[in-house]
Amino acid sequence: MTDLTSFSAAELAGLVARGESSAVEVTQAHLDRISAVDDRVHAFLHVDTEGALDAARDVDSRRAAGEPLGPLAGVPVAVKDVLTTKGVPTTAGSKILADWRPPYDSTIVRRLRAAGTVMLGKTNMDEFAMGSSTEYSAFGPTHNPWDLSRIPGGSGGGSSAALAAYETPLSIGSDTGGSIRQPGAVTGTVGVKPTYGGTSRYGLVAFSSSLDTPGPCARTVLDAALLHEAIGGHDPLDSTSIPAPVPDVVAAARLGASGDLTGVRLGVVREFAGEGAEPGVLAAFRAAVETLTKLGAEVVEVSCPHFQYALPAYYLIAPSECSSNLARFDGVRFGLRVGDDGTRSLEEVMSATREAGFGPEVKRRVMLGTYALSSGYYDAYYGQAQKVRTLISRDFTTAFDQVDALISPTTPFVAFPVGARTADPYQMYLADLFTIPSNLYGGPGISVPCGLADGLPVGLQVMAPTMADDRMYRVAAALESAVGPFTPPAL
Amino acid sequence: MAAISREEVAHLARLSRLAVTEEELATLAGQLDVILQAVAQVGEVTAADIPPTSHSVPLTNVLRDDVVASCLTPQEALSGAPDAAEQRFRVPRILDEDVAS
Repeated sequence: MTDLTSFSAAELAGLVARGESSAVEVTQAHLDRISAVDDRVHAFLHVDTEGALDAARDVDSRRAAGEPLGPLAGVPVAVKDVLTTKGVPTTAGSKILADWRPPYDSTIVRRLRAAGTVMLGKTNMDEFAMGSSTEYSAFGPTHNPWDLSRIPGGSGGGSSAALAAYETPLSIGSDTGGSIRQPGAVTGTVGVKPTYGGTSRYGLVAFSSSLDTPGPCARTVLDAALLHEAIGGHDPLDSTSIPAPVPDVVAAARLGASGDLTGVRLGVVREFAGEGAEPGVLAAFRAAVETLTKLGAEVVEVSCPHFQYALPAYYLIAPSECSSNLARFDGVRFGLRVGDDGTRSLEEVMSATREAGFGPEVKRRVMLGTYALSSGYYDAYYGQAQKVRTLISRDFTTAFDQVDALISPTTPFVAFPVGARTADPYQMYLADLFTIPSNLYGGPGISVPCGLADGLPVGLQVMAPTMADDRMYRVAAALESAVGPFTPPAL
Repeated sequence: MAAISREEVAHLARLSRLAVTEEELATLAGQLDVILQAVAQVGEVTAADIPPTSHSVPLTNVLRDDVVASCLTPQEALSGAPDAAEQRFRVPRILDEDVAS
């Protein structure tokens, strides 16, 4: 029998539905794979063996009883450790939450359970989703299955590496400035940031509330669409959730897989197609643009003049929101408490707790945000960044008057060696140069593998208007049908 | 010229409730200076008449029907607390004894 870990989620769901494999067999195959390779990859922070097998047995007994099963029933999924899971550790990659077991499920996890998916465990991430390499995890870095000496991207490096290592066919990430798309690009997998408000933030450990967007990760565009459909849609528990149906992303992925993009107008973002990216990345991107043209798309160049200010605006807005959100980690209601020996004041205990519990990148961003929000600097920094955010959104809406979707490389460089950028925080920030604009605007973005540079994966990003997520799935699926798949060397 | 001084960084650490060490302070001051000089680029944009965007979707107050629904039990709500007493989160003393009396 072919190894069950090599199948797509759509194929696995079919095997289970037809009774050719049981959900328990599918789950056990992935648990075995995790046991075999995760000591080298370190994609998982916690593997919930018993919970996964229980969920799989439940699917098998429901099938035996003739109950209708959803399109992903019996398919394993890994969840970024930033989403709460009832009774299962949720650390957000931080020492301050090292021992926390949440008393409730996030909406995304609740919907995953309702869909009959099997949660394998929680994946590694940069602490509080702040980083682009997973090196800022308090529990050690994840390694890229394409080359274990390199980073898998971040912050959701664990979710993407787990896919590339065939430890899971599906995973969940969260994207604040590129934390789903950039790891997808550098691991040769698919990563989707849905429209902001299209997926619920209830139970997502907050980093930057106006930007944070949970989303699907998979090895194929269709699998990502199936997962998107399962987790998306309005949630009354999230006041920023959009009260509208999920765009028909599954139909769009199927349409795109036919390989015909006749009538689709795509805009290459001029500002992201020249300097600022490695030559190998640009070469792969240009070849992909030619492929899209051959598939029938009309490709034109579009200028988005304010995109060059997206990175600085983001590194004011996101830290400002983070400094406020992370105030809840005060050693009172959950997590670590340090120094409470009867001699210290509440403020001293808070300061000692946060000093011991937060890693260096989190401290930098909390302090940067505190600075940008302080009186005297507010107008020049946070206020000005919010105005630039308006101009970036206007660039998008102007561009979408001319084209159906925008395309660019997902990330300026391929996976870099572990340790290469940790000494200079701003060099790390540049990894998100091309993904940040969509977060500031709120529209969806997808990264799909488009080629290799020096044997390492390169991703192409498709950006669409808000609530037009289906458009980017069609384009990505068409490209995938013409160039994929890209398979890493055996581990 | 540095965008931020070591003294300002120490002040930020206090505001942020971070008991940073002297070594961290030195490292952070240099790093924050580099980052601030880079993000100050937003000042190059002429935007005096541009309205700020705080959120990409229009925000309206969301209300729900006033009906009784299940919620966490006190035990569940306190399950992650570092210290709890009498169904409450216990915290270090916040008032001096002579002030409290």
